[in-house]
Amino acid sequence: MHVPDGFFDAPTSVATGVVAAAGVGVALRKARAELDDRTAPMAGLVAAFVFAGQMINFPVGAGTSGHLLGGALAAVLVGPWTGALCVSVVLLVQALFMADGGLTALGTNITLMALVGAFVGYGVFRLVLAVLPKRLGSVPVAAALGALVSVPTAAAAFTLLFAIGGTADVATGKVLAAMVGWHLVIGIGEAVITGLVVSAVITSRPDLVHGARGVRGRRAPLLTEEVPA
Amino acid sequence: MKTRTFLLAGLLAALLIAGVASYYASSHPDGLEYVAGKTGFLDSADEEPVSTDSPFADYETSGVDNARLGGGLAGVAGVLLTLVIGGGLFRVLRRREEPTTVDAG
Repeated sequence: MHVPDGFFDAPTSVATGVVAAAGVGVALRKARAELDDRTAPMAGLVAAFVFAGQMINFPVGAGTSGHLLGGALAAVLVGPWTGALCVSVVLLVQALFMADGGLTALGTNITLMALVGAFVGYGVFRLVLAVLPKRLGSVPVAAALGALVSVPTAAAAFTLLFAIGGTADVATGKVLAAMVGWHLVIGIGEAVITGLVVSAVITSRPDLVHGARGVRGRRAPLLTEEVPA
Repeated sequence: MKTRTFLLAGLLAALLIAGVASYYASSHPDGLEYVAGKTGFLDSADEEPVSTDSPFADYETSGVDNARLGGGLAGVAGVLLTLVIGGGLFRVLRRREEPTTVDAG
């Protein structure tokens, strides 16, 4: 969903740049509470993993593809504020070094994929987890549903920006239907990948999953594992 | 699994995904690009976007003609750049524990 240079007019790009800067600014302060000596290296790994995951486009039919956005995944693994920063770093590297996503659209892309992706994903994750049984097996399911909702929501947010400051004269309803429709399908891929990755991390190191805190495990931690105090 | 083992396994997975598996990814346009083409606003993208003259632009490696090798190198470079920038940022932001704590990882 990387927006290139030119899709949006200058005022809209500046406005999303301000939103992104404010969001990242708050995240830089709030992430401190999520990061310690144990979780900081994990957060670096999550950012690197999201970069890798975004390179894998999967076909979704009719000559279209989608790839992981990773906001929900990162938020569940390392917390929403740190997760938003993870995706922001990925988008920065992509814009600076890979020519993926326009430099003038970096604020737009951070707003859509890092902020909307991580916070909508994490919000839905929390809501779903609250109604599921309190055990570790519920965490990947809730993460997958958060991921599923986050993608079409980001697509809808794109369309809102397009209606406000899109440089092309195309009916908003047409863009909304196509964007949300296709990204609902891509969201299924996002859900599957997110569920599998969260499940794999929970299997080996449940203590490293931010979203699994306070959820009772089905087995006692091994003596060789580090247990949070 | 020890923390160090876990982190190294995760990094290896990321490097393999970006460096090797990415070659087999779908080359179809992504959702946004497809919708932009279908509904008619793809042309509103700048023909000459702001460039940073990166050697890894478009997930290729300048000077490397082999698509598999060039794409893999760009993927590995991207993973490592993200790891260094992200890891450095999170290291600076983290709450430091008491210096008496011994890291078992």
